[in-house]
Amino acid sequence: MKSLETQLRTLRASGRKALVPYFVAGLTPDWLHYVDAAIHGGADVIEIGIPFSDPMMDGVVIQEAAMRSLARGTTLDSACSDLRSLTSSVPLVAMTYYNIIHHYGLLKAAGALRAAHVTGAIIPDLTLEESGEWVHCCASDDVANIFLTAPSTDEDRVAKIANVCEGFSYASARMAVTGKSTDEGDAHRVVDTIRAATDIPIYVGIGITTPGQAQEVSSYADGVIVGSALVQQILSGATPQDIEATIRSFRQALDQS
Amino acid sequence: MTRVDTFMSAPDDRGRFGEFGGRFVAEALMPACLELETAFIEAWSDPVFLDEYHTVLREFGGRPTPVTPLRRLSALLGIELYAKREDLAHTGSHKINNVVGQTLLTKRMGKTRVIAETGAGQHGVATATAAARLGLDCTVYMGEVDTKRQELNVFRMELLGATVVPVSSGSRTLKDAVNEAMREWVTCVKDTHYCLGSVMGPHPFPWMVREMQSIVGHEASQQLVDLNVGTPDAVVACVGGGSNAAGIFAGFANSTARLIGIEAAGGSAVGLGSPGVLHGMRSLLIQDEFGQIEEAHSISAGLDYPGIGPEHAHLAATGRAEYYPIGDEDVLSALQLLSEMEGIIPALETAHAVAWIVQEVGKSIPRGSSVLLNLSGRGDKDVAQVRSILRAGA
Repeated sequence: MKSLETQLRTLRASGRKALVPYFVAGLTPDWLHYVDAAIHGGADVIEIGIPFSDPMMDGVVIQEAAMRSLARGTTLDSACSDLRSLTSSVPLVAMTYYNIIHHYGLLKAAGALRAAHVTGAIIPDLTLEESGEWVHCCASDDVANIFLTAPSTDEDRVAKIANVCEGFSYASARMAVTGKSTDEGDAHRVVDTIRAATDIPIYVGIGITTPGQAQEVSSYADGVIVGSALVQQILSGATPQDIEATIRSFRQALDQS
Repeated sequence: MTRVDTFMSAPDDRGRFGEFGGRFVAEALMPACLELETAFIEAWSDPVFLDEYHTVLREFGGRPTPVTPLRRLSALLGIELYAKREDLAHTGSHKINNVVGQTLLTKRMGKTRVIAETGAGQHGVATATAAARLGLDCTVYMGEVDTKRQELNVFRMELLGATVVPVSSGSRTLKDAVNEAMREWVTCVKDTHYCLGSVMGPHPFPWMVREMQSIVGHEASQQLVDLNVGTPDAVVACVGGGSNAAGIFAGFANSTARLIGIEAAGGSAVGLGSPGVLHGMRSLLIQDEFGQIEEAHSISAGLDYPGIGPEHAHLAATGRAEYYPIGDEDVLSALQLLSEMEGIIPALETAHAVAWIVQEVGKSIPRGSSVLLNLSGRGDKDVAQVRSILRAGA
């Protein structure tokens, strides 16, 4: 079992719901301060977006953040180099599009991520059918392959995805790209379907905007991923202290569930 | 020597043409891609569906389009030049072939709405047209830059009852229109078909669109036999994503004809690109050293695309087809030349292929050769733009 999954299973066994904030690498010169703030605020895993010019699964907020980060010259190497300076033991997972690692070289990319203490990877446009080579490359580097399951995924595919998914299963709450929404969509049904196929921790993302939503979702899921809501705050000029406060409010909501 | 009879057959189970193609999409879209693949395979072997497709193209689409000997230009250049007249198809380009097929398939799948991306507006207008004919709702995503370059096509789509959504992200051209259409498709995949306009995207689109365009090549090969030309020495077509080229190449893939695709110099995925993954496919893409997709630049909105269909990437890799770039300046003079000498105003996209032929006669096209040009679209949509460029340069 990959080390990320061992950690996240232990976390679940302890009764704690996982809080996974998402940050875009290189969005601001001091982007790591936001990561540190989130860790102080009670995050359990940090998801790091490595920007791509054509983020097809992202809504306007993360698109904007990706463009700003790219304009600052962010690359896979620069993101990894920044991450190596983090001293926390909170697990890091990377999210990027397949072309970035394809272009870098899959084996080399897995090694670079691992050397930056990244122990999981989410590649949202890498379908199960095309994932063989990347899964193979990640095997020796202890990088967990995290796959998404969507509301449109039928039971057969859920089971096939569950077979290869490592670390945690990313349950997409709705048929949408990343961004705000007012409810948890189909999350409950998606989580139940995944749960029937696997005992891996299941985290819900896509459209989780408020602590209230997070609390509701955590009544049936093992964790929540919060992306656009935080990125929007940073784009609007929030300080690391502001982000820490936001993370604390999510933390409290999850701890009360 | 490579056996010529193996080109342009079906892709493998994963949708690969050699090392290109495949399926790289959000999991949310995978069920729709699988559903579409099944529906296409069934429909494309169903005589009733095929009969309807051919009937609609005949009664509504204006097919078959003629092959015109370009006599004055032939005499000037010293070759035998023939044009497959897709400019005479309904809506003014080959795009109608694909959208008639895909909208019939949309209905067959029980979906009530189509979305599409468009660059020059040709595919958007064609989709709006075919959707109107079947009473399907239609939304077209178009880069903001292109909505300005092709203002009249925006109005045409609106007249046809479609909604046009300007896309202001990224380079605000075709590439970003595809991104936005894909994002939208995730939210409405149950009742909506994504009517992709070229031989690109995730499997089965590159294959399906080529099949729906192959009528161009199959008609042309028979027409050249009827004209006693037989197999031409070369078949030349412009390439953005590559649907008109794929269509005409399909009629000659297993012949001795050279297959030649002409890209815009600023959007030459074969010349400038390297293997990468974008818009659901692995193909040749123009990208920087970090794998960020670069913006294409072309005088014609329809060729302003940093990639190429995966089957073209495969045809290039195997050497079965050749791909060359042509710059904007040559394109304008070719457009004027064809207009003045043959009474045909071609689309700017098509003019790339004309320009290459003019440039290569006496070089890689020996005098006396027989050459088939795919005259993929008419130039009406471009005349305002061409006028302003020519006047500015005068």
